[in-house]
Amino acid sequence: MSSLLTSSRLTPGEIVKELAFFAVLAVMMSVMILGVETVDRPTGLELALRWDLVLIAICATVVGRLALIVRREHLSRLLQAILIVISALMVFEMFVRFRDLDDRWVSPVTFDMATQSVGRAIFFICLIAVVFAIAYFSASKGRPTGEEDDTKKISAKLQVVYRTNTKKIGMFGIAFFIIFPLIFGENRSAIDLATLVMIYIMLGWGLNIVVGLAGLLDLGYVAFYAVGAYSYALLSQHFGLSFWLCLPMAGLFSASFGIMLGFPVLRLRGDYLAIVTLGFGEIVRVILINWYNLTGGPDGIASIERPSFFGLADFSRRVPEGVTRFSDLFGIEYSSMHRLIFLYYLILILALVTNFVTMRLRKLPIGRAWEALREDEIACRSLGINPTNTKLSAFAIGAMFGGFAGAFFATRQGFISPESFTFLESAVILAIVVMGGMGSQIGVVLAAIVMIGFPEMFRELAEYRMLIFGAGMVAIMLWRPRGLLSFRDPTILLGMSKKEKVAGEKP
Amino acid sequence: MDWAYFLQQLINGLTLGAIYGLIAIGYTMVYGIIGMINFAHGEIYMLGAFHSLITFLICQAAGISGILPLTLLLMLVVSMVMTSVYGWGVERIAYRPLRGSFRLAALISAIGMSVFLQNFVQIAQGARVKPMQPLIKGGITLMESANFDVQLSYMQIVIIVLTFVLMVVFSTLIAKTSLGRAQRACEQDRTMAGLLGINVDRTISTTFVMGAALASVAGMMVTLYYGVIDFYIGFLAGVKAFTAAVLGGIGSLPGAMLGGLLIGLIESFWSGYLTIEYKDVATFGILVLVLIFRPWGLLGKPEVEKV
Repeated sequence: MSSLLTSSRLTPGEIVKELAFFAVLAVMMSVMILGVETVDRPTGLELALRWDLVLIAICATVVGRLALIVRREHLSRLLQAILIVISALMVFEMFVRFRDLDDRWVSPVTFDMATQSVGRAIFFICLIAVVFAIAYFSASKGRPTGEEDDTKKISAKLQVVYRTNTKKIGMFGIAFFIIFPLIFGENRSAIDLATLVMIYIMLGWGLNIVVGLAGLLDLGYVAFYAVGAYSYALLSQHFGLSFWLCLPMAGLFSASFGIMLGFPVLRLRGDYLAIVTLGFGEIVRVILINWYNLTGGPDGIASIERPSFFGLADFSRRVPEGVTRFSDLFGIEYSSMHRLIFLYYLILILALVTNFVTMRLRKLPIGRAWEALREDEIACRSLGINPTNTKLSAFAIGAMFGGFAGAFFATRQGFISPESFTFLESAVILAIVVMGGMGSQIGVVLAAIVMIGFPEMFRELAEYRMLIFGAGMVAIMLWRPRGLLSFRDPTILLGMSKKEKVAGEKP
Repeated sequence: MDWAYFLQQLINGLTLGAIYGLIAIGYTMVYGIIGMINFAHGEIYMLGAFHSLITFLICQAAGISGILPLTLLLMLVVSMVMTSVYGWGVERIAYRPLRGSFRLAALISAIGMSVFLQNFVQIAQGARVKPMQPLIKGGITLMESANFDVQLSYMQIVIIVLTFVLMVVFSTLIAKTSLGRAQRACEQDRTMAGLLGINVDRTISTTFVMGAALASVAGMMVTLYYGVIDFYIGFLAGVKAFTAAVLGGIGSLPGAMLGGLLIGLIESFWSGYLTIEYKDVATFGILVLVLIFRPWGLLGKPEVEKV
């Protein structure tokens, strides 16, 4: 072992000190929020104690921190894995206990509740002691490992494979999504989930034009989604227009909203733009809630017309006189799945159109101008690009796709209310774009599956879903700050083939 | 014009504005020093409210809630200390590893943290609204008119005075102490400050701790003033406070306070004279107007574009 390595290593004493520091922090963070619960009683709020949760939280923190130390000091990988598993188990145990809480509060709450769990407390204190002991003794042993370099090499190889085969991967993805209903044709929830993911993919691609290409931070994208959804719902309810007529109109309305918002605010930069768009999103929501005569307020709009098969046939079991039923049109047996599968293909086509238009726009002067503007606004101005018009077009086109998605959302749900258009939606869509690796079209698909597909699959976790969702957002960003697929190629390559470029960049 | 009604709205607006201002300071300090929107700051304020409520309940259980000054002091100190730890922890876990990396990554991480903290409190403390009995009762009747008495409650006096005191203390801290100098240095040029021997990490952490402490005071005052809190109060208050920070000129401490007071007054007068439903629309509308004509805010310095 070289002297350089030993000198950079922490002494056991320092490690114990560090762990103790984090233990104290864990105590302070958990002692009130976790350790005490406010319980509603007829006489007012009362307290319930649950020291066991505090102890678990402390243990989990200390063990997790120890795992980080082991990782930082390049000690044994096995030890690190074991510690992480222990820490994760403790967090899991905490969740399990939260679930059982409700029965425990039936009895009157007193301080002896804590004494019941003395046995457990002793167990956890012993565990802390063991952790400290491991920390103490493991610090003097172990050797640095070179495994991390290996993982880096693998990821670099994957990058090259991905970047040289982007088109093939994209084609494969499209083919997969096209045959998806054939595989899961009878599985209602699978089709529903796929449709939902596809809506977010479309929204992500739409927002990608604004954020990824033009570099404008938009925190109120959901406003355009809402405008699209409400314009379809209102047009079809009040004027009896069909979905196919309303779809382009919804897009137009949203685009004009985008221009209306964009015109005054687009000269703002960066975060100022972000807060104004956030404000705009909230304004739209507040108006939707309060303009009762038009939007139905918080009750929303119900029984929105479902789309027909391009105006030729209807998907309902019983159809009015003079309307063809979808199953009769093709002479097949009626199934309620037909509508769902049709909706799925509809959103797939809409999403692919979004993608196709974006890809083509990137090659047009306007797309080049967006990307140039993102990189350097002053240079653009000096070259004669009008920044306001360029930004406005990005805003309007992004908004238009949001409006299409909104109209689809309204027709799919059959019911819309302001509840569906909260800030969290905007945040989720933005997170999909950023996590995908800004500007990467396939990245958006990947991120939408991770962000929407996985949480929906774990719906039975109920309220923990959003907790894990939030933690996951932080974790993914820490793990890959530039997004899942973060290697965006420049649109134009000068005198170099793509393969050369990729290879040349590799260290 | 009914002056009594006007005066009452003014008092209410100032109280509300003081609370927004305290939260806004956290946004403005963090933005000034690392240039990111700390989206989790509203949640920190919510945690402050919960900590003060729980401290009060503990005092009640221990039987010392009869001694009002002691209870209030305990609530203040405990919630400030505990919430500061949250502020520190959020920075340490979610922002520090991303410092110097891609700008939007920190923003997404902050939004994730905000979602996490909100749901954490919801699970740990339940989703129901938590009531709190009024501790500081009574007030002064300032003006009596035929159909309306202008009330200045003791609670409102406490809020305005406490906010004023905290503002003075923190302004002095930033203007006069070495810590404040370090903060201002980091704001101007982090690399240079580091080269000159300022512990940049520690300075940034301190900024987060100070912001969280102020937000927790705001949380405590809201708990006492309105008497109801839930896990969701952080979002709207956070957005309004950030609006206040932008309105006043982000990075400027007096600006944040001014912006907070303005937002409070706008809200109070709008709901007093016009419609209560559209007060948020009014707030954001005025923000847009101010930003169009003064993009750097009321008291901010215009940003010089560098090539």
